[in-house]
Amino acid sequence: MKWFLQALIGMLLAGVASIATAQNEQFIPVLSYRIGPYAAGGSGYFGGAIDYWTLVNLNGGINGVKIVWEECETEYNASRGVECYERLKTRHGGASTVEPLSTGIAYGLFERVANDKIPMTTNGYGLAIAADGRVFPWVFPLGTTYWDQAAAMIAYLGQKAGGEANLKGKKIVFMYHDSAYGKEPIPVFDALSARDGFELTKIPLTPPATTQESQWLQVRQLKPDYVILWGYGVMNPVALKTAAKLGYPRDHILGVWWAASEEDVIPAGDAAKGYVAAAFSAHGTNFPVMQEIVKKVYGGGKGNLEDKARIGSIYHTRGITYAIMITEAIRQAQNHFGKGKVMSPEQVRWGLEHLDLSEARLKELGASGLFPPVKTSCSDHEGSGMVKFEQWDGKEFKSLTPFMAGDRALTKKMVEEGAAKYAGEKKITPRDCSKEG
Amino acid sequence: MLYREAGQFKSTYAADSAILPIRQDRIGLALILIVAFVVVPLTASPYLFSALLIPCLILALAALGLNLLTGYAGQLSLGTAAFMAVGAFMSYNFILRIPGIPLLLAFAGGGVTAAAVGILFGLPSLRIRGFYLAVATLAAQFFILWCLTKVGWFTNYNPSGVITAQPMVILGYAFDTPQEKYLLVLSIVTVMALAAKNMVRGNIGRQWMAIRDMDVAAEVIGIRPMRAKLLAFAVSSFYCGVAGALFAYAYLGTVEPEAYNLDLSFRILFMIIIGGVGTVLGAFLGSAFIVLLPIALNIGVAFLDNTLHLNVPTSVGSNLELMVFGGLIIFFLIVEPHGLARIWQITKEKLRLWPFPY
Repeated sequence: MKWFLQALIGMLLAGVASIATAQNEQFIPVLSYRIGPYAAGGSGYFGGAIDYWTLVNLNGGINGVKIVWEECETEYNASRGVECYERLKTRHGGASTVEPLSTGIAYGLFERVANDKIPMTTNGYGLAIAADGRVFPWVFPLGTTYWDQAAAMIAYLGQKAGGEANLKGKKIVFMYHDSAYGKEPIPVFDALSARDGFELTKIPLTPPATTQESQWLQVRQLKPDYVILWGYGVMNPVALKTAAKLGYPRDHILGVWWAASEEDVIPAGDAAKGYVAAAFSAHGTNFPVMQEIVKKVYGGGKGNLEDKARIGSIYHTRGITYAIMITEAIRQAQNHFGKGKVMSPEQVRWGLEHLDLSEARLKELGASGLFPPVKTSCSDHEGSGMVKFEQWDGKEFKSLTPFMAGDRALTKKMVEEGAAKYAGEKKITPRDCSKEG
Repeated sequence: MLYREAGQFKSTYAADSAILPIRQDRIGLALILIVAFVVVPLTASPYLFSALLIPCLILALAALGLNLLTGYAGQLSLGTAAFMAVGAFMSYNFILRIPGIPLLLAFAGGGVTAAAVGILFGLPSLRIRGFYLAVATLAAQFFILWCLTKVGWFTNYNPSGVITAQPMVILGYAFDTPQEKYLLVLSIVTVMALAAKNMVRGNIGRQWMAIRDMDVAAEVIGIRPMRAKLLAFAVSSFYCGVAGALFAYAYLGTVEPEAYNLDLSFRILFMIIIGGVGTVLGAFLGSAFIVLLPIALNIGVAFLDNTLHLNVPTSVGSNLELMVFGGLIIFFLIVEPHGLARIWQITKEKLRLWPFPY
């Protein structure tokens, strides 16, 4: 075993020595997963992020500071993710921020990022109570949390019914991936069910859920008005195919955004037509920033995706959305702490906490309509809370609604209660937002 | 030449039946322990501790538990990760609900609960063997995880179903730096490995090996199979439970039941197969192979990519790593089906004759 350690130390030292610590570089470690069952999502998302940062560097960097990144394969495994983070966090002058795109890895990194003082983003997933920045100063569930998405889903269903009060008496089935990810929105659904008066039935799907006959037979017996599908991976197309087989109309199935990519519906074939799903970003190449990426990045042979047909796919644009938010956070930090200088992780954290991506700024970036405006603050690490709903027509997801939010007042209250309980358990004193800048 | 025991005479029965009868072995182990306890904490980086050494040691402890059950007692088990999960979640509950309980007692409590659960799921072993028993323990794996997800009491009614490990404090001293966690894990693993080695050399170890080799004959000569088999399940699950508690407290910090899924059970089984079933050293060698080698390959591929400027796409690099790892497993199992521990044993035997060939 010892020679393993020696060889490792040797390789590490050699690796570090061969890369000079450059001065004008902002380092972002990329904890990607490109193999395994979730490879399609991981390669699209991180490919998109890398594409956008390549574009930023081609355009001169952030006030002259170039972004440099290094990828490490996590295989969507918590131990590998922790190992990748520990390995990369001191490279190239220190990591500025990290995004694991995995609930398991994010949980493993929670305490480490607080100790190492490196901000972690959990873009569109993760612990919803981390939106309260007073208890979680180093965690940013940017974009939207699961709780806000759940609230938005009920708001959309209310809209379809002609008002949320009309949901009274309706039956909604919540089919969820039986894990922390799937159980996360249950408190919000329970609260909204109590408030609006709809009947909520929860049906868990034990992963990988490659056969769901019994669950959908239960659905057929219940005859609900809507089914909310909260799955991940292969259980999504299986759910749609089983629903088609048992005759449940797919346009009454509402999916979470991790069940809303092309990879989730294409394997289901015709069974997926009419399926509605949520998204926290738009997709396609119709945006000026996407056109720029196609022209400058892929035109120059620097694109990250190997299959050019995937440019503009849902995971690709999600990754670009994340990269835009991070770049703007670093830019915001530079505006405050010194333009053209490399930002330390604490300064990047400040930038993430004072992110103000207004509609006007999005237009300047060429991303107007790509995702809703994001404005974070000390007590709100989420920033947006808005989702849009799209319907699969067999070829692509067509937009049904603009970006909309659910009952954010309710979710904000629940976030604060949950965060306070967490703070009490872990004996953390919440920060006082009014005292800080 | 260096490894001869010529001139080493034993004058007491105790000296004759020592674990390490040859002086060179004792010196070697003393050196390893000095390096592990003194040199490594002073020289290694925090990355080495928190990402490599701690998981390697914790999984070695779990592999040791499985080796006692599968290697020595011959009862094939696929529920290792589930018993680890029991240990982790029950340790969390003991510390949460019994204020002021010592940390090590909470870990032991988690281990004892895991042992009780292990006995329960080991009851089928009295009737079925081999492959069919593996299926029964597979049921344990799925049932225990389902139970931990469903019953809110285990996670203190946390809405996400995860537990956050409390800080580790022994007699007022907090173990929060990677070094301190590493030393705590190393101490626990050393003590339990010594206990395991003594167990397998004693009466109970011989009973297990008799059951493994020919259980009907063992019953005929007076070994009670129920006691031996259930004790094997209990001891093995105790080790796995303590390893699971350490996995949550000293490594990940926040765990959901999915962290102890079937994938981890298989990994631990592969560790003992590659390391060597039926040996204590095999657990450690196998753990090092399965935990450290993929990371070494990952670093190696990245290093080659950087120095030779091949610009290998990352997906190709990751798949290459998996292929090389699989190839090495096949290579080692063809070269030595009994595992790395057997390779080490053969090396020692050849060293005793060296420089002569026979």
